[in-house]
Amino acid sequence: MSPYQLEIRVKPRPGLLDPQGKAIHHSLNSLGWEGVRDVRVGKAIYVDIDAESSDSAVEAAEAMCRKLLSNPVTEDFEISVTDMSEGGES
Amino acid sequence: MKVAVITFPGSNCDYDLYKAAQQVGADASFIWHRERDLKGYDAVLLPGGFSYGDYLRAGAIARVSPVMEDVVVFANSGGLVLGICNGFQILCEAGLLPGALVRNEELTFQGKDVRIRVECSDTLFTSDYADGQILRVPIAHGEGNFEADQATLETLESDGRIVFRYVDASGATSDEANPNGSWHNIAGITNEAGNVLGMMPHPERAMEDILGSTDGIGLFTSLASSLSGLAS
Repeated sequence: MSPYQLEIRVKPRPGLLDPQGKAIHHSLNSLGWEGVRDVRVGKAIYVDIDAESSDSAVEAAEAMCRKLLSNPVTEDFEISVTDMSEGGES
Repeated sequence: MKVAVITFPGSNCDYDLYKAAQQVGADASFIWHRERDLKGYDAVLLPGGFSYGDYLRAGAIARVSPVMEDVVVFANSGGLVLGICNGFQILCEAGLLPGALVRNEELTFQGKDVRIRVECSDTLFTSDYADGQILRVPIAHGEGNFEADQATLETLESDGRIVFRYVDASGATSDEANPNGSWHNIAGITNEAGNVLGMMPHPERAMEDILGSTDGIGLFTSLASSLSGLAS
């Protein structure tokens, strides 16, 4: 088993109204960033996990997303994994 | 008639719900979310509040509480389940109702009295109301904006499973009367079998004149008569 860190990014599905993103979008525009075309707000979840391999860590993360971390009705997710063992590579 | 009121850490309408159930003659008990015995109960009520501080998503953590496994079994075997506000959010997260409740369109928490129209009196929860009846009930939520994929929304509409809609004083659905941006002003829906109802407004807070409205009583008397009908 090796230590891995998972970064799980959960974001609102395209097409779904994201009122937080909309509010931030307006604020950025009013601060002068007129070129901002769209803002969407998601969340990042960091999970430290011991796993056999980076593949199995990602597999676990996918299952976590389906069961708890994301709501399939409204959200999509993306996963990155980093090998945290000494000399490990992502 | 035995009714279980489930209490999660962060529930805050459990006493209101308990009292509403007692008011219509039910033998109500509190069930802590770690308890797992729903045997002998005729209905399960999931209260409003902020279970687990709404962490992750409203209702997402509560739905993995031990008792929820039993609630799912109870619902799937035809038992009556009512979820109000956070209870509705938990039912969606648990997959007992379709869709999801996301952040209010205007981003702000909405705490006020609203009007809702009874869209269907032919349910186990609304038989003491008339079709089209307008009820005055409070809402208190930040995530009440009902979302689902288009096919689900159309099915809810065509199957008559939208039980309550937000309306204005004249009884018409309008954007102004919609406090959270819900699709087609949805305030409450049932599952396909009709034994699970989720709603954002709080009928349990509209049970006495001193609370400003008694329009919530009909929901609990309907529930009580459905249960006595099922028992006989």
